Amino acid sequence: MQASQHAAHAGHHEDDSHGHGPTGLMRWITTTNHKDIGSMYLWFSFAMFLVGGAMSLIIRTELLSPGLQYLSPEFYNQMLTLHALIMVFGAIMPAFVGFANWMIPMMIGAPDMAFARMNNWSFWLLPPAAILLTASLFVPGGAAGTGWTLYPPLSIQMGIGMDMAIFAVHILGMSSIMGSINIITTILNMRTPGMTLMKMPLFCWTWLVTAFLLIASMPILAGAVTMLLTDRHFGTSFFNAAGGGDPVLFQHIFWFFGHPEVYIIALPAFGVVSHVIPAFSRKHLFGYTSMVYAIAAIGLISFFVWAHHMYVTGIPLTGQLYFMYATMLIAIPTGVKVFNWVTTMWRGSLTFETPMLFALGFLVLFTIGGLTGLVLAMTAVDIQLQDTYYVVAHFHYVMVAGALFSAYAGLYYWLPKWTGHMYNEGLGKLHFWLSMIFFNIAFFPQHFLGLAGMPRRIPDYAQQFADFNMISSIGSFGFGFSQLLVLVVVFQAMKGGAKAEARPWDGARGLEWTVPSPAPHHTFEEPPPFDPAEAHG
Amino acid sequence: MSHPAPASRYFVPDPSHWPLVGSFALLLLATGAVLTMNSIANGGFVLMGGFAVMAVMLFGWFGRVIGESESGSYNLQVDRSFRWAMAWFIFSEVMFFAAFFGALFYVRVLSVPDLASPEQAGLWEGFKGQWPTAGPAAKDLFTPMHAWGIPAINTLLLLSSGVTLTWAHWGLVANKRQQLITGLALTILLGLVFIGLQAYEYAEAYSHLNLKMTTGVYGSTFFMLTGFHGFHVTLGATMLIVILLRTLKGHFTAERHFAFEAVAWYWHFVDVVWLGLFVVVYWL
Amino acid sequence: MAGLPGLFAGTANAAWELNLQAPATDLARRVYDLHSLLLWVIVVIFVGVFAVVAYSLVFHRKSKGHKAADFHDNTTVEIAWTVIPTLILIAIAFPATSTLVQMRDTSQPDMTIKVTGYQWKWGYEYVTGDAAGVKYMSVLSTPRDQIENKVPKGEHYLLEVDRPLVVPVGKKVRLLLTSSDVIHNWSVPAFAVKTDAVPGFLRDTWFRAEKEGTYRGQCSELCGKDHGFMPVVVEVVSAEKYAAWTADQKKAMAAVADDPAKVWKLDELVARGEKVYTANCAACHQPNGQGLPPAFPALDGSKIAKGPKAAHLDMVIKGKPGTAMAAFGAQLSDTDIAAVVAYERNAWNNKLGEVIQPAEVKALRGK
Ligand code: HEA
Ligand code: HEA
Ligand code: HEC
Ligand code: CUA
Ligand SMILES: [Cu+2]
Repeated sequence: MQASQHAAHAGHHEDDSHGHGPTGLMRWITTTNHKDIGSMYLWFSFAMFLVGGAMSLIIRTELLSPGLQYLSPEFYNQMLTLHALIMVFGAIMPAFVGFANWMIPMMIGAPDMAFARMNNWSFWLLPPAAILLTASLFVPGGAAGTGWTLYPPLSIQMGIGMDMAIFAVHILGMSSIMGSINIITTILNMRTPGMTLMKMPLFCWTWLVTAFLLIASMPILAGAVTMLLTDRHFGTSFFNAAGGGDPVLFQHIFWFFGHPEVYIIALPAFGVVSHVIPAFSRKHLFGYTSMVYAIAAIGLISFFVWAHHMYVTGIPLTGQLYFMYATMLIAIPTGVKVFNWVTTMWRGSLTFETPMLFALGFLVLFTIGGLTGLVLAMTAVDIQLQDTYYVVAHFHYVMVAGALFSAYAGLYYWLPKWTGHMYNEGLGKLHFWLSMIFFNIAFFPQHFLGLAGMPRRIPDYAQQFADFNMISSIGSFGFGFSQLLVLVVVFQAMKGGAKAEARPWDGARGLEWTVPSPAPHHTFEEPPPFDPAEAHG
Repeated sequence: MSHPAPASRYFVPDPSHWPLVGSFALLLLATGAVLTMNSIANGGFVLMGGFAVMAVMLFGWFGRVIGESESGSYNLQVDRSFRWAMAWFIFSEVMFFAAFFGALFYVRVLSVPDLASPEQAGLWEGFKGQWPTAGPAAKDLFTPMHAWGIPAINTLLLLSSGVTLTWAHWGLVANKRQQLITGLALTILLGLVFIGLQAYEYAEAYSHLNLKMTTGVYGSTFFMLTGFHGFHVTLGATMLIVILLRTLKGHFTAERHFAFEAVAWYWHFVDVVWLGLFVVVYWL
Repeated sequence: MAGLPGLFAGTANAAWELNLQAPATDLARRVYDLHSLLLWVIVVIFVGVFAVVAYSLVFHRKSKGHKAADFHDNTTVEIAWTVIPTLILIAIAFPATSTLVQMRDTSQPDMTIKVTGYQWKWGYEYVTGDAAGVKYMSVLSTPRDQIENKVPKGEHYLLEVDRPLVVPVGKKVRLLLTSSDVIHNWSVPAFAVKTDAVPGFLRDTWFRAEKEGTYRGQCSELCGKDHGFMPVVVEVVSAEKYAAWTADQKKAMAAVADDPAKVWKLDELVARGEKVYTANCAACHQPNGQGLPPAFPALDGSKIAKGPKAAHLDMVIKGKPGTAMAAFGAQLSDTDIAAVVAYERNAWNNKLGEVIQPAEVKALRGK
């Protein structure tokens, strides 16, 4: 086995039919290949998306009309918590780690990730965490019913399911930290000669900053849930006023992680869009340098705004003012990014294939979500809107229409490179338009519900909220079932279809398009020459 | 074991089953811990099983890495990767401690004074809010840990262990193996004495000072901070022992010895954390 | 799109409400105006940005033969679109700051009321003012049958309580919020009030209602199973009505005050206990005593409810820390505790036939 491995490394291979190494299931379990691992991340993430999505549909079914129909209130809370945890940690984050695995080595001309074996572990830590989370539904007392924010003292009251969620978070944290160390090291140490940091594809830049955010914030979350665990089982008083602690302390620690977390979700999405828009505008990305600075600024500021989630907890006025101003600051670098994308399209030569449609959908809807975020940043207004559906609308605009749409843009953009086949453009466009329409039907009315005062996290509501909730639920069903189209598109492209060229998009730039489609199992065993024409910016 | 990669080429390891074993170990550990904490039968066995599988994984995986390293598979670029990775790993550890230091800061500067402030008087009549405190509802008296006894000695121990480790490193670079071995052994010894004293201090706290995990927020922060630190010292000492054993087997050269440096970085990090602890947990 | 709420404001009916609730205090009006301002700002930004996008989409497409220009940097515009947003933000920071400062000014109240959150009801205690000393619980009054869709829902479904908070119109009311178990949040949108009730801490907020009427809100922090079922209702009344209400309350308090020395008979006690049980315990342990295991244990046949009296009383008085079982000693009188425990020991299948006197509760409390 070792001997043939040696031979395999001797030269470039057109395909991956190695006679050596484990095959079948063992190939996937033991693989150290960044493309295999990237694919596993993406499949895992989609599976989790279906599970988390199914939970959201259960939620929306209960909310279809007033009164308690199908769920007990406890079960509703459990669905809510697992929906959020699974979507955030199981679906969206792994999806972008999957992109990172597949694309970063190919974009910078590296043979693989810096630590290929640890890379495998980062992935294989996810299933145990997913098992702990989903299994917690079936233990006595059920899953944690605290919302994904796990606030004590409510989380102190919970049963075994809470402990399982805590350990799941620990394991997810390990996975994220190892994955991030890998990504940072790969980017810093394995770029092909000539590719300076300021010539690096933007997706790599967003991931560089994201990985930093992860390494800095995941340990904080681990600390927070560790304190929860000892408060629950070992009699400590971190979050108990009688012992001199403070329940609000948890919120500070949680959101010190939680706010960077939302940019951990958003930044790689920005990265993908920064590739797709130039490609289909057939122009260079406008303002590469300011994009890089904006990414860095967003990453940095995100550590100093956490208490905008805590305006109603009774923090002092000076605190509220500081966090309000700091939060407003983030609009500036984010605005720079939006303007740069807009200007990239300006006087371009635009075409509207599915990746571009999703990128445009992202641009419109993310901006709406960002602007409502700005409304929420104003403390006095947030006090009206905190814990209402306005917040729910805000974050689904930035996370579903923002992150998820951008992930779809990336999927359609790179699918030819992965499978070697063009996807079915008609189905892709159908998927986009259904998603776009139903998404807005599902989530736009939630702004009105929130303004009118409907609290979030309730299984039943007053009658004046009935109409918009019904609309929202119908939209959610439409949106959810439209997502199954992706499976069809991906399976078709894996099975066959028009042969994809090495560079299927004429406006696309970057080293990944210099290798054949499908990308051979091993790319760039020797660092490729860096062609400035492939550089970004 | 593995094929030596040409010096120009980045080393990509063969497929490996160790990650999966590691994941399985963590699943067992988590399940075992959940069961034990909720006093459900057999939790202890599952937990022990988890530790056992974990130990097997660590031996197997690190054994593999050491083999690859000794067979010369790692070129200078790989070496740089290791450096970046270790640095970022230590940074993540720093952030983990930051959460607990942050909690200590918060209770001392914000929540305890707030609980004792006139605004809260309706709830906690007569609470003075002087640090250290077990909180406004505490009934039992306890004695806080003084800085200038064992903790001060421990500070000296750790600081000198940093010196002996650097001395060992000098030995390694200058190819003086005996100095390397003596330095390492001394460092380990100092580390072990530190752990011993820490254990003694805990025993004192529980038996004579009435200072426990449950002693309000003082006990919570005290034991969590010093406990996690002690755990890291234990890890560091274990890693030093591995390095010592490898040295005795003739590993490491004056030029290439990243494993030694990584452990040294880690040890210095643990050292620095202790200084922080000594100042804010024991002294102030 | 984001402009819709602004355009439709005013024409909306109750069911299709598109904007913040009609303000009932000066502060709420300022918040309303601030929100309207922000809405216009973001609508203008949105329209501005996407007008440019729309132009590109229409005129710069390949299918129309447009050739891509070749530019990728322009320091002037990049500075412009950093500076202009900054100026816009600075401009909106002024009204945002002054509104917030007003919101936090709880000084010189006309009266103070302490509000305590319980799983899942609100406790009100008038601390200063004419009604000082008045103290009661406020619980959702929507019948179970409406929630379970067995009968048609009433007009104020889920937003109605047995005893609302009563305050006089035009007076500055300061609220002191705390909680006995988990974090709750006392919120009335029409007053622009929303503040967490954090266990172990007191937080304050205030409002000055301008018009008489009934104002409704809901607990706005996830607090467990019945978080959706703990509404806030405030009744704002004229000074005269408030005086009358205060007098009534004081009289009623004197009337129900129990004689602690009274010796109770079993059936009296059980009848009283059933009421206490329904109001305080049934949410978790269920009217039929079966609970919702494993989160909330059954009392019917439970070891404690059939075991020694003292342990049972102790559980109710001191609760069980770290679980949802609160220390009811702080909420209920000796008589009520005696009654509810006696009820539990005699209801369902727990037919123990025991009587418990308030004096026994009093004796146990000290320990
Ligand atoms: C991807 C995730 C993501 C992103 C990117 C954002 C982005 C932002 N968010 Fe959001 N947010 C969440 C995810 C996200 N959020 C989640 C999950 C929650 C709820 C958590 C929970 O409670 O469960 C939340 C909650 C939340 C709150 C708390 C609400 C509450 O609970 O009461 C606030 C308050 O300040 C806020 C603000 C903002 C702001 C100011 C931005 C800014 O970054 C937006 C910046 C973007 C723009 C402003 C648009 C583009 C800019 C221009 C076109 C330039 C011109 C603009 C101006 C001059 C104004 N968010
Ligand atoms: C990135 C994260 C993410 C994503 C993608 C989503 C996606 C969705 N969310 Fe999510 N949501 C959150 C993160 C996310 N959410 C968070 C953080 C909260 C806060 C939780 C809290 O308060 O603590 C929340 C809360 C939340 C609420 C508020 C509940 C409440 O406060 O009471 C609602 C209600 O409408 C909702 C709905 C939806 C819907 C309809 C989708 C849809 O977009 C989902 C569409 C996808 C599908 C439906 C999958 C398709 C599957 C099928 C069609 C069938 C299934 C088949 C099989 C399993 C084989 N979400
Ligand atoms: C918010 C929910 C809640 C309310 C309200 C509540 N309880 Fe409980 N109760 C609990 C929980 C949870 C437990 C289990 C505690 C444990 O883990 O042992 C419990 C346990 C008990 C027990 C012990 C049962 C056993 O067999 O272990 C008794 C007796 C009891 N409650 C009586 C009452 C009485 C009387 C009231 C009302 C005055 C009441 N409870 C109100 C949640 C509640
Ligand atoms: Cu009380 Cu929610
Ligand atoms: Cu935030």
